[in-house]
Amino acid sequence: MSTAAPQPTASEAPGTASGTQPGAGRPAPDQASVMRQILSGNGTVTVLAIVLSLLISGLLIVVTDEDVQETAGYFFGRPTDMLAAAWSAFSGAFLALFRGAIFNYEASNFEGMIRPLTETMTVATPLIIISLGIAIAFKAGLFNIGGQGQFIFGAMFATWFGVSMDLPFGVHLLVVLVMGVLGGMLWGSVVGLLKAYTGAHEVILTIMLNYVALNLLAYLLNTDVLRREGTTNPVSEFLPQQARFPLLFGEGFRLHWGFVLALAATAFAWWLLQRSTVGFRLRAVGANPAAARTAGISVKGAYITAMAVSGGLAGLAGMAHVSGTEGSLNTSVAGSFGFDAITVALLGRSNPVGVLFAGLLFGALRAGGVTMQTQTGVPIDIVLVVQSFIVLFIAAPPLVRTIFRLPAPGAAKARRTADPVTQPAVAGAAVAGASGEAAVPSVETQEAAVAAESAADGVEDPDPAPTAAEPAPAAGADTQTSEKGETR
Amino acid sequence: MSATAAEKKTVAETPDAARRGKDDKPLVRSWSTPILQTVFALLSLGLFAIGAPAHDAEFRIATPGDLIELAAVTVPAAPTLWVLTLAMIAITVLAWVRAAAGRKNPVWLNGLYVFAFVAAFLIWVVGSATNNSVYLTGLIAGSFALAVPLIFGSMAGILSERSGVVNIAIEGQLLAGAFTAAMVGSATGSAWIGLAAAIVAGVAVSSLLAVFSIKYLVNQVIVGVVLNVLVIGLTSFLFSTVLAPNSSELNSPPHFPNIRIPFLAEIPIIGRILFDQSILGYGMYLIVGLLWFGLFRTRWGLRVRAVGEHPKAADTVGIDVLRTRYVNVLLGGAVAGMGGAFFTLVSASSFSKEMTAGQGFIALAAVIFGRWNPIGAFFAALLFGFATNMQYVFAILGTPVPSQFMAMLPYVVTVFAVAGLVGRSRGPAAAGTPYVKE
Amino acid sequence: MKLELRGITKRFGTFAANEDVDLVVESGQVHTLLGENGAGKSTLMNVLFGLYDPTEGEILLDDEPVAFAGPGEAMRAGIGMVHQHFMLVPVFTVAENVALGDEYTKAAGVLDLEATRSRIREISDQYGFHVDPDAIVEDLPVGVQQRVEIIKALVRDARILILDEPTAVLTPQETDELLNIIRQLRADGTAIVFISHKLREVKAISDTITVLRRGRVVGTADPSAEASELAALMVGRDVVLNRQKTEPNLGDQSFCVEDLTVVSPTGQVLVDGVSFGIRQGEVLAIAGVQGNGQTELTEAIMGLQKASGSIRLDGRELLGRSTRQIIRAGVGFVPEDRSTDGLVGTFTVAENMVLNRYDTAPAGTSLQLNPKAIRRLATEKVEEFDVRTQGVDIPVGTLSGGNQQKVVMARELVDDLSLFIASQPTRGVDVGSIEFLHSRIIAERDSGTPVMIVSTELDEVLELADRIAVMYHGRIVGIVPGDTSRDHLGLMMAGQLPDDVVLADGSTPTQEGARA
Repeated sequence: MSTAAPQPTASEAPGTASGTQPGAGRPAPDQASVMRQILSGNGTVTVLAIVLSLLISGLLIVVTDEDVQETAGYFFGRPTDMLAAAWSAFSGAFLALFRGAIFNYEASNFEGMIRPLTETMTVATPLIIISLGIAIAFKAGLFNIGGQGQFIFGAMFATWFGVSMDLPFGVHLLVVLVMGVLGGMLWGSVVGLLKAYTGAHEVILTIMLNYVALNLLAYLLNTDVLRREGTTNPVSEFLPQQARFPLLFGEGFRLHWGFVLALAATAFAWWLLQRSTVGFRLRAVGANPAAARTAGISVKGAYITAMAVSGGLAGLAGMAHVSGTEGSLNTSVAGSFGFDAITVALLGRSNPVGVLFAGLLFGALRAGGVTMQTQTGVPIDIVLVVQSFIVLFIAAPPLVRTIFRLPAPGAAKARRTADPVTQPAVAGAAVAGASGEAAVPSVETQEAAVAAESAADGVEDPDPAPTAAEPAPAAGADTQTSEKGETR
Repeated sequence: MSATAAEKKTVAETPDAARRGKDDKPLVRSWSTPILQTVFALLSLGLFAIGAPAHDAEFRIATPGDLIELAAVTVPAAPTLWVLTLAMIAITVLAWVRAAAGRKNPVWLNGLYVFAFVAAFLIWVVGSATNNSVYLTGLIAGSFALAVPLIFGSMAGILSERSGVVNIAIEGQLLAGAFTAAMVGSATGSAWIGLAAAIVAGVAVSSLLAVFSIKYLVNQVIVGVVLNVLVIGLTSFLFSTVLAPNSSELNSPPHFPNIRIPFLAEIPIIGRILFDQSILGYGMYLIVGLLWFGLFRTRWGLRVRAVGEHPKAADTVGIDVLRTRYVNVLLGGAVAGMGGAFFTLVSASSFSKEMTAGQGFIALAAVIFGRWNPIGAFFAALLFGFATNMQYVFAILGTPVPSQFMAMLPYVVTVFAVAGLVGRSRGPAAAGTPYVKE
Repeated sequence: MKLELRGITKRFGTFAANEDVDLVVESGQVHTLLGENGAGKSTLMNVLFGLYDPTEGEILLDDEPVAFAGPGEAMRAGIGMVHQHFMLVPVFTVAENVALGDEYTKAAGVLDLEATRSRIREISDQYGFHVDPDAIVEDLPVGVQQRVEIIKALVRDARILILDEPTAVLTPQETDELLNIIRQLRADGTAIVFISHKLREVKAISDTITVLRRGRVVGTADPSAEASELAALMVGRDVVLNRQKTEPNLGDQSFCVEDLTVVSPTGQVLVDGVSFGIRQGEVLAIAGVQGNGQTELTEAIMGLQKASGSIRLDGRELLGRSTRQIIRAGVGFVPEDRSTDGLVGTFTVAENMVLNRYDTAPAGTSLQLNPKAIRRLATEKVEEFDVRTQGVDIPVGTLSGGNQQKVVMARELVDDLSLFIASQPTRGVDVGSIEFLHSRIIAERDSGTPVMIVSTELDEVLELADRIAVMYHGRIVGIVPGDTSRDHLGLMMAGQLPDDVVLADGSTPTQEGARA
């Protein structure tokens, strides 16, 4: 979707003119435009979004710091006091975050130094797995907001089979694992089935089913089904050792084999999306359900499969959390995993490898956040703020570009007369309608539409991407404006 | 679209070319109502009537000292439950007969059905409980108090969604309102200033929703989900760093007193919810009424609905689609902010972390269950408030139904509603789709 | 009121949709803009209506230059437009739709729909519209919806009325009614811009004709001009009617449709007891005005639409099978709307080439894809069909319309087809590609495949067909030989079966009796 029609400008490199001919070879881009592509690409925006979010959160930390407030009282008397306090609050918090997430240089021994990194991996384990599920649903054009509920179902199934059965080592873990997947799959499939056969919107369904699952969990933890014997608290029995993931590096670290499972799940998700026929069907339905149906792909089947796989992975994440990290089940087992997964999937752009790294990043924020809270008193809730800002910024690349004054990609589609405020993506969308693009409910498309809009900001951009004589579709036509058939 | 339902009826009676298509539509759709009514009638038969408790259920209506001191009503459980169940069965049979003829039961009959079920449920619960007596007026007043923020939230949802912007961020708007009202109200010592600040906070959150979804075309669901968490993160962070350490100065908000209207407030059962409310309670009624009238009787409403249904059509007759959406989303934020203020300036003594606890999503459910109609959403929110309140009542009564199942009710009902099992819930056609002008 | 466009140019990027267009429209006149799909007619009108800003040029009303920032201003200036895709809110009543944007109100913005209703009744009576102001628009037939659009313009006192392809969705009767309405409006002094590419209507209604081709005015014509002359102006070359193609080499009748009926969920009969057969090595063209059941017919054959009756291919029943099974049975299908139904725009050219065969050799197995084989296969197809693309790994959505259509054709025209169906195979495709695509279709026929072509373009039908089935209101009016005259076909497309026409089986309608 990033290939853009050329906009001949005075500054354009001579070679690019050939780009207007259909079938012409891709002209060699000059140095400047290569740089421009890197600068305007997704990678840069992602990095800048993270930096920007950390800065904003840092500002919050500074403003709410007591020392800073105190010194601000006599700011005009001795401004350096306040600046010093601000710096100390800022650096203190982030250094603590670093020590808690990656490397603790203050620790006395090597184990202590690298423990934070393993903590990050431990926290990231369920996060990565559930996010892969969300990403797969995204690819099929579905917003699975219900990761939380599916996670809970996986955790409940895993716990029940873990606690109530007595099987040998290995077999028991496998049974618990399979049951966790099935639990999540069950809850996810409900959504897929309802979506496929009644047309109900999956966003509403999943939000509502999250709360149903939460209440069901609370109910079961308050009855003999899951409640630990001899207590009135809503907690389950501990899973027996043979139903738990073995530790990876011995007793000194919490990191368990679940992390390896997360890596395997990433590989599986990649294969599923990129190489398998199932994935091909899911992606086709996600990108254009009408064309997929005409090509003999069952749209209903794809919705059900996508939600089953998505839910299955969320269930696996719930299982990995209970069987690996927690050891038992309680009412807040799902925490904010459901939401975090959406942000991770978005940050990873629904690409399994991207999700892996995004999951590690957010795992690091969580793990470091704990240290930050205990050592500097900055509440861990700030992590939520960081996460939200990251997602807001990566979802709106033009905003980031505006803040950092970066060039926009694909400015070629812009209508010169377009007012960037009132007429976004004008020509892009209009042209997209002309040579035909179906409604694509994917995240990427949304972004592409925005990219076209940012193009309307009128940045001079000799983007050399070649195209046909007829204008190429630029943005996702996920808009009201697409009209099929007639070329304008 | 129940607003146009009235007009639709007149059309069906007008013989014109569209007649054929129109008559066939209900035939295709309307089996769901009788099926669902059958299910609940059977449930009532098996559980409430056949399994009727031996005890009578006592409903106290007045407390000693009330102006009109009505005696408690003691309902003989078994006979009453049988009567109610038979009434439900009768309505169900009628629904089947009508559906076969391609018609539907009138709304009031369905309303009666719902009332019969709720009443049967209540009698059964109270009769089966260890304590067979319940203070009905208190039950209703309690439900109402829980429903007020839901109603504010759902009005915010309707304002936004009717103009074509999906508002998943109601929760965040409520929470932001609650936090700001508590903080500013405490700092200034004025509930009114606290309310104003809550409105500003609600507008601030919705302005993010508006800018990201309207200007930057970010998927509205994503923005909504993210905003909820942003607000949870921000308020929790600020609560821990700012409010908690200074709770006497910053988290002890003044409260709006109830304004009791003499005599009217003494009317049994409904007096308290109608005539003994805080200014926010009365304001809520006003907003529901105004919004209904505005949407369906004024030029503004016609334009808003057009923008939410078919923005391009609105654009071609010279209506500024984007502006309409901005205005509505921001108005929604203001209304949700008021709803948030209700938490800290009326119902609770101070702000606490994540105090809205998913109410924003129940409000969203009320929007859908009420079919994007202010009156419908109002009653849906009342029903959900009642269900929520029953959780607490159950705990006191010691009833056979686990409180978690009552808590689930709004969500389960909404799943049924969107799946088309409780009539077809059809939202504004363009909701969720950004409008890009050609 | 006089409207003048001077030197209007409208560019999208480098693509000029309109270039230096001049146009004068006088009151009491019907001025026709004639041009093929994609000639730039709609763009020009959107410029005029304030939906697009012109890149260059100016608009004059009564010799005063005007600039419309949006449609609202254009309307206030007395310009009304009936869009090709109606701009009506489906769930609103007629009155609400008409009122929208120009509401009668009482105090404090309270709607006065009664005032609008009485205006609607007034106009309705004046022109014989028979429109009920309280009907819900989505329940109305298309023709009535169009009248609502016209009322919308008239309520706003439009002195200039733009009708953009108004007959594209109408039945012949509805078209005639519309033409009568236009005549009345003209008599009342309204200036009318009539946009069409249908010669019959254009000749029937126009006072002046301006012909657009590739965004430019290529000439003006008098309505009395010969249709072939207008057609030549419009397409820029002499239209060779009934181009010589080789005689078909007919085999068995391997494809057979009997009593096929499609009923919409709302109970409308869309395809009504259609029966026909196609022999191997034969092209059967389904002709007809758009919206007479052709789309539903092809969808029913492909298993995309519920239907009753019988569809037999090589002796096997296709009805009730899934689309996937039907494709596996050797049916190639080019859907009518390639961007919606034919291609996944964000997928690469290679992925689109195997969109319906990704799970069979050589593209892959039932479990996984073979990306190398897919690329190789796609590269071969791209060469064979001369698809102009930078490679098989770029998104297909970036190709031009003609090249996209070639991708669909290349995918569907596989070696061992037992039936080939193409719906509007050359819609929106450039001339060079049209000839290429037509030759491929004929080649497929000559290889012994039964071929079914659905087209609303008579030229295309006459060029390809060995036999022609004309559909009207969901029924087949008659099946006639491929060399049937345009006049006869035109009458059949209007639902009449002329007595002197010779049917494909050699009989005449009089012998057939009740068929018409």
